[in-house]
Amino acid sequence: MGKKVLVLGETRDGQLRNVSFEAVAAGKKVAQGGEVIGVLIGESVSMLANELIQYGADRVLAVEDAKLSQYTPDGYSQAFMAVVEQEQPEGIVFGHTALGKDLSPKIAAKLNAGLISDATSVEEEDGAIVFTRPIYSGKAFEKIIVKDRLIFATVRPNNIQSLEKDESRSGDATSVSVSITDLRTVIQDVVRKAAGGVDLSEAKVIVAGGRGVKSDEGFKPLKELAGVLGGAVGASRGACDAGYCDYSMQIGQTGKVVTPDLYIACGISGAIQHLAGMSNSKVIVAINKDPDANIFNVADYGIVGDLFEVVPMLSEEIKKLKAAQL
Amino acid sequence: MNIYVLMKRTFDTEEKISINGGQIEEDGAEFIINPYDEYAVEEAIQIRDAHEGEVTVVSVGSEEAGKQLRMALAMGADKAVLINTEDDLKEGDQFTTAKILVEYFKDKEVDLILAGNVAIDGGSGQVGPRIADMLGIPYVTTITNIDIDGSNVFVTRDVEGDSEMIKTSLPLLVTCQQGLNDPRYPSLPGIMKAKKKPLEELELDDLDLEEEDVESKTKILDIFLPPDKTAGHVLKGDLTHQVQELVSLLRSEAKVI
Ligand SMILES: Cc1cc2nc3c(=O)[nH]c(=O)nc-3n(C[C@H](O)[C@H](O)[C@H](O)COP(=O)(O)OP(=O)(O)OC[C@H]3O[C@@H](n4cnc5c(N)ncnc54)[C@H](O)[C@@H]3O)c2cc1C
Ligand SMILES: Cc1cc2nc3c(=O)[nH]c(=O)nc-3n(C[C@H](O)[C@H](O)[C@H](O)COP(=O)(O)OP(=O)(O)OC[C@H]3O[C@@H](n4cnc5c(N)ncnc54)[C@H](O)[C@@H]3O)c2cc1C
Repeated sequence: MGKKVLVLGETRDGQLRNVSFEAVAAGKKVAQGGEVIGVLIGESVSMLANELIQYGADRVLAVEDAKLSQYTPDGYSQAFMAVVEQEQPEGIVFGHTALGKDLSPKIAAKLNAGLISDATSVEEEDGAIVFTRPIYSGKAFEKIIVKDRLIFATVRPNNIQSLEKDESRSGDATSVSVSITDLRTVIQDVVRKAAGGVDLSEAKVIVAGGRGVKSDEGFKPLKELAGVLGGAVGASRGACDAGYCDYSMQIGQTGKVVTPDLYIACGISGAIQHLAGMSNSKVIVAINKDPDANIFNVADYGIVGDLFEVVPMLSEEIKKLKAAQL
Repeated sequence: MNIYVLMKRTFDTEEKISINGGQIEEDGAEFIINPYDEYAVEEAIQIRDAHEGEVTVVSVGSEEAGKQLRMALAMGADKAVLINTEDDLKEGDQFTTAKILVEYFKDKEVDLILAGNVAIDGGSGQVGPRIADMLGIPYVTTITNIDIDGSNVFVTRDVEGDSEMIKTSLPLLVTCQQGLNDPRYPSLPGIMKAKKKPLEELELDDLDLEEEDVESKTKILDIFLPPDKTAGHVLKGDLTHQVQELVSLLRSEAKVI
């Protein structure tokens, strides 16, 4: 018997995030042939229903209210719980984003449910839904199940393959009305610092700089390379502590844990706390002038050299390649 | 002001992880205050110093967590509470920990609870928001600044690199993000004073909890290490050649560009 699974479709700048399509794919596994229902929450989001269906949702429920224009735990939990009450799901999947991480424990508390956070894979084993998730910041992994009937998980961006988009798919999109009351946290202002809109946790390519970058100015060639590759710029704590960049760019045990397809470490020595945040990247390139730097021990490819020489050359070479491909 | 800090004892970030008999090997490992909880302790002390009140640091764990609680006292916290589950529970998860702490808080007058963004071992980030919801108080996660003005609270929240300026009120739970402050090192007099500060020890019984009230909702089937990364291919030749070779390897061998 299949399960009925709710998947939260999360938006950023009015678009659905990739992680939501990955969450739909995870939701399908949890459903074991049952129904996957996309849930959209916001001020005006119902026009995104179709896309969620094309990526595999069977139908979509939208909760729309002016008070939901920005994420707040109170607003979104009221909206999501109204859907839960209506549908009585046996599975729930969110992306493990800032929003998913903030909201999911609150929903789990309300449902008195177990919650598996930050899963990197979902598989069916002997009829049970088994999740894999990193522990010790990626230094180890655990396989874990929920004991109760309701299976609730958040999935780490970039790890679960979304389904092929199928434009011929269709399904119902209906709205659920909720009166949103008593928001105890109010967002008064948002200062946007995340450059270029590519979020580190979802980026397919990350160019990261360490203390070797030497100044905030020194990040320029890295930004250029990231731009050429359509990626994001990250940093070591060494670079953040030295004030070359914002802590929000930090990758590692006390920063972000990332798993891009390509990670280019520039002027980063490869301390264990840094490796914890990036060593599960698919391909790692290290650029460091010290041939004995530990980063070379985890790199797939390494160049021993001055990053201020190598990085601009790399940008040029990739530009050439892209131009030749056109 | 009654300020509480939730503190977890965790592996030192320097430690390599190994597995023995299906469990993470703890023998010989160094333990620390979870780094995010250090920010919480520091912030609690600063808020107390600015607004008066008392800082109580609470940890759920085993006898050994006493050492990290003493450390928090040495930094400047006033009281510590160890909820020792060693004799009562074999298994636990985030629900277990949250439920125990909620029972602890039930008869307390709480103004502010500070937790860490995540524990660097379990890494779920669930415990703080679960507790806030169960206590019926608001929460703000991953904060990088907090100003308290009467019962109004202004916090800055880090959201994937952007900053949200949030207005809320006490009682409140926050989880602390890097960038909030620079945790102090305990001073020698601080360490001496900490020896005389109260460290209360409680068990489930003292909280009127039975084992089944806090039974975990999840079950770990297996723990394993990621495959070893073998050192890769350090390129040779003049720099122009190396860069060209790298691009060609990334394209045809690794297939990532
Ligand atoms: C509790 C705790 C948590 C931590 N969490 C994190 C974390 O989350 N993330 C993190 O990154 N660190 C973390 N650290 C810090 C970590 O231990 C290291 O100190 C830090 O990663 C070092 O940063 P780095 O590699 O940039 O600097 P360094 O170790 O100083 O390395 C700089 C590198 O740049 C190279 N270099 C210099 N100039 C050039 C040039 N022109 N061209 C090429 N290469 C050059 C040098 O050879 C050197 O290898 C943590 C530490 C602690 C104690
Ligand atoms: C009896 C018992 C047995 C357990 N057995 C196992 C086991 O066999 N295997 C296993 O992997 N884990 C075990 N755990 C730990 C449990 O699974 C979680 O690690 C723990 O509940 C916290 O979750 P987390 O690490 O994801 O922390 P997060 O939710 O990421 O922590 C966020 C913040 O919550 C606060 N917090 C978290 N934990 C505590 C705590 N214990 N005390 C005070 N504040 C805290 C801190 O402020 C922390 O920064 C056990 C727990 C208990 C109570």
